Amino acid sequence: MAEKKKPFSVLMNGLIKENPTFRLLLGMCPSLAVTTMAKNGLGMGAAATFVLVGSNLVISLIRKIVPDKVRIPAYITVIATFTTIVQLLLAAFLPELNKQLGIYIPLIVVNCIIFARAEMFAQKNGPLLSVLDGLGMGAGFTLAITIIGSVREILGAGTWMGIPVTVDLFEPAIMFILPPGGFLAMGFLVALFNKLTDKKDKDPECETGCGMGCPGCSKAANGGEA
Amino acid sequence: MKELFAILIGAILVENFVLSKFLGICPFLGVSKKTSTALGMSGAVVFVLVMSQAVTWLANEYLLKPNSLEYLQTITFILVIAALVQFVETVLKKLIPSLYKALGVYLPLITTNCAVLGSALIFVERDYTFIEAVVFGFAAGLGFTLALILFSGIRERLETADIPEAFKGMPITLVAASLVSITFIGFAGLIIG
Repeated sequence: MAEKKKPFSVLMNGLIKENPTFRLLLGMCPSLAVTTMAKNGLGMGAAATFVLVGSNLVISLIRKIVPDKVRIPAYITVIATFTTIVQLLLAAFLPELNKQLGIYIPLIVVNCIIFARAEMFAQKNGPLLSVLDGLGMGAGFTLAITIIGSVREILGAGTWMGIPVTVDLFEPAIMFILPPGGFLAMGFLVALFNKLTDKKDKDPECETGCGMGCPGCSKAANGGEA
Repeated sequence: MKELFAILIGAILVENFVLSKFLGICPFLGVSKKTSTALGMSGAVVFVLVMSQAVTWLANEYLLKPNSLEYLQTITFILVIAALVQFVETVLKKLIPSLYKALGVYLPLITTNCAVLGSALIFVERDYTFIEAVVFGFAAGLGFTLALILFSGIRERLETADIPEAFKGMPITLVAASLVSITFIGFAGLIIG
């Protein structure tokens, strides 16, 4: 089934059709935790994209030499390496963003999106397609969490990317930059996404995909069926 | 003693891992459909958290710090946690089969639970001592348990509720989680400093 994949459709796949955040509901922790501001969402998305592209590339290059039994630790090491690179780069060049994102940068290691793509895509496809998949998925993730960040920042602080936008229109509701606002904004955005893409959320396949998103992928992560 | 108590209460209520730090959201949303599975998962998380806090603290103090290899923390921690989970699984299977039966299916899922790696990173950030780190892990696990069990009760009710089409499934669950999270904001003033 993975024979004739068009590079372009692989790239676009992650943006809408299999948007990792809104559709697959993977990587929820950073999507909720760092999205108090649009800028943080963008930064987090860029960092995760870097790790995703890098680990997809390396994993697809080594997929034939790593024995199946030890592939999980091998993948974890690859992903952790790229996460450390991002962490050090951010600390050196963007210390402010690094401080804002805090422990959620090292936590990219356990972001299910990256592991899921390694298992589902990179280990079955060549380097070029894997990089494109990483780019597409990363862009989808970045897009999604920047949207969540924008909604929360505009409603909660009245600014967007730090620029005041609502001036006197309404009093910002601080709740949106607090944790409950994260859940609420995410809930409504997923509902909106479902409505717009016209997918019935009640079909059984999606039910498992949503509810069991991460546990499902970590089950695969531990040597079960991919 | 006072500090330990503050850490305990702090991690359970004030900075509840799931509801205010957003760590461990995936299992929180994934296994909270039934109270029984929520209990099993929570048990496994508490168990692994306490052990992983101890092991990662020792690794950090005696392996990384003396060799000034702190930049390898992320890699070391995740590998230590993965190995530990595997080890615990094997040991339980051999020695305490009844406990393995209760927790077994949840154990493999814990490696990728960000609460475990997260609490290891937090003790580094806050410079906790060994005891403090372990107590923090225990408390974080209890906080996770509390949130998961409270929420599973709500989700069991949601099953029978009449929900708009687009909100069915995850969206309404997130909205419900938001309401639970609001109640935990009430604890914010509980600890000063």
